[in-house]
Amino acid sequence: MFYHALEIDEGNCIGCSRCMKICPTEAIRISNGKAFIMEDRCIDCGKCHEACPVDAIFIKQDDFKMVHEFPHSVALLPAVFLGQFPDDIRVSRIYAALKDLGFKHVYEVESAAAIYADVKHKYAREHEDDEPLISSFCPAIVRLIQIKYPSLVGNIIPVKAPLDISAMYVLKLLTEERGVPREEIGLFYVTPCAAKIAAVKAPVGEKRSLIDGVINMDALFNKVYRRIKEQGKGYAYTALQTPQLSADAILSTLTNGERRICLAKRSYAIDGIQNVMDFLDKLENDEVEGVEFLELRACDQSCAGALLSCENRFLCGERMYARARKAAERERNGEVARAREMDAYRDYLIENSFAEPAQARSMLTLDKDLSRAYQKLEKINKLKMYLPQVDCGMCGAPTCEAFATDVVCKQVGLTRCVFYQRHLERLDDITRQECLAATRSVWGEDPIGDNEPPEVK
Amino acid sequence: MHQEYTVIEGDFTNAGTASSSVKKTLKQLGVAPQIVKRVVVALYEAEVNAIAHAYGGKVLVDIEADKIHMVVADKGPGIPDIAQAMQEGYSTARPEVRDMGFGAGMGLPNMQKNVDVLNVTSEVGVGTTVEMIVNFV
Repeated sequence: MFYHALEIDEGNCIGCSRCMKICPTEAIRISNGKAFIMEDRCIDCGKCHEACPVDAIFIKQDDFKMVHEFPHSVALLPAVFLGQFPDDIRVSRIYAALKDLGFKHVYEVESAAAIYADVKHKYAREHEDDEPLISSFCPAIVRLIQIKYPSLVGNIIPVKAPLDISAMYVLKLLTEERGVPREEIGLFYVTPCAAKIAAVKAPVGEKRSLIDGVINMDALFNKVYRRIKEQGKGYAYTALQTPQLSADAILSTLTNGERRICLAKRSYAIDGIQNVMDFLDKLENDEVEGVEFLELRACDQSCAGALLSCENRFLCGERMYARARKAAERERNGEVARAREMDAYRDYLIENSFAEPAQARSMLTLDKDLSRAYQKLEKINKLKMYLPQVDCGMCGAPTCEAFATDVVCKQVGLTRCVFYQRHLERLDDITRQECLAATRSVWGEDPIGDNEPPEVK
Repeated sequence: MHQEYTVIEGDFTNAGTASSSVKKTLKQLGVAPQIVKRVVVALYEAEVNAIAHAYGGKVLVDIEADKIHMVVADKGPGIPDIAQAMQEGYSTARPEVRDMGFGAGMGLPNMQKNVDVLNVTSEVGVGTTVEMIVNFV
């Protein structure tokens, strides 16, 4: 099965179906008054998490205590982390708090942006026939293509993420240059989203990740912010080197970040999962010609709008732009040394940054056997004619079509459809008790309790 | 499994309706992605042809467990010389159609490349019927 970072807390779930309606891959159903995720369809995009009104959908993370188990705990931060903090909080204070929380080393994963871009260019030069090449930067997009656009998996650039390249670099640096034994090093990735967790725990096309633990960005933000507030003014720590990313690196996780430095003659940067799906539909039909490179991101405003971002996506994005402008200024003045510090291991990192290609695993296929799939599809089509096509969701499926598919493929009872119930009632083919039982099988006992309903005059 | 679509003259905004719907069906059946792509590309070309050159028409699709049979029949000027129209780059498209990015003279040759069987019948002043078959295995 596929690892998922998103889980539903049944105790909190009120079965409101908002998540079911918003899921871009129709991966959620309601049963017995609770939402559940169909694992083979979920791409960990986190739309459901955003839509949940009671925080019943949570993102699994590792125990923060793990950080203290390693003498050399390393925080691998996404650049958007610094973009979370208000302008009056200086980076040195944030780093001081990270140090106090138990991290001996802090690196921003975008330090690997230049090497990451080089690896992609190398691949692009050798694979012109596979154009348009699609960036594998956003793991939710990779999963989306695997399950919904199987004909395009071969277009995904099979390289590791900047995170993995940074992890390789940090390990080299600490073990070879500073003589720290591997077992004393704990690599902790601070994740801005669920998809990246899933990618770390179950990498597409890679056997095992180097990362020892994953910490959610919102949780770390709270810890750091609190620490800074407790310590008051004058709290700063200078022994930890504060980051000096290049402007390109800072912008790389935002929309257009990869596209603006790619070498393709025609390329597109598309953010927002619906926009991406609309585009991939066209691309799959060969309706878009001459595209060489695609930067596709599941979140609106890319990682600035990530699920675990605590800040408004536009405020975070602008802070990153401001930081990039300063970095560009420094670069113009010739200060680039630390921004290219990974270059010492350039060849090693490039050589080890290629990953196994992603495999297709279509969610749409009704049966492995084509003739059985054909029979199922005929049944589904027949059933669809009887369903009202209003997509009311009362059956516990997001659309009439999804329901018809569930009835045929998962033996869900047709009486879950309230229109079908009325139909049977008209023919005296169903009792009131049976109707009630069918509706309760979806929505649970609570919404239609045994008490008298209030009188409305 | 039978599907029918109507194509309206000059309605380029809806080009691809039939091919997108057929694509979904073939994915549900688990037809190999490369074959799905061939079907979709050929049918899309045929749809665009009927929109660009004719006064509209019909798309009739029959899907069986081992193949897809597609007929795009239009009412239109017809093709006087089919052999000539099958040549790459040969186009009679009006300038305004070309301005929209269509009519490069690759339509019929592209269909030919992607399908297992292609039959084009045409009567000048009446219309053109394109019949295509793609086998799944």
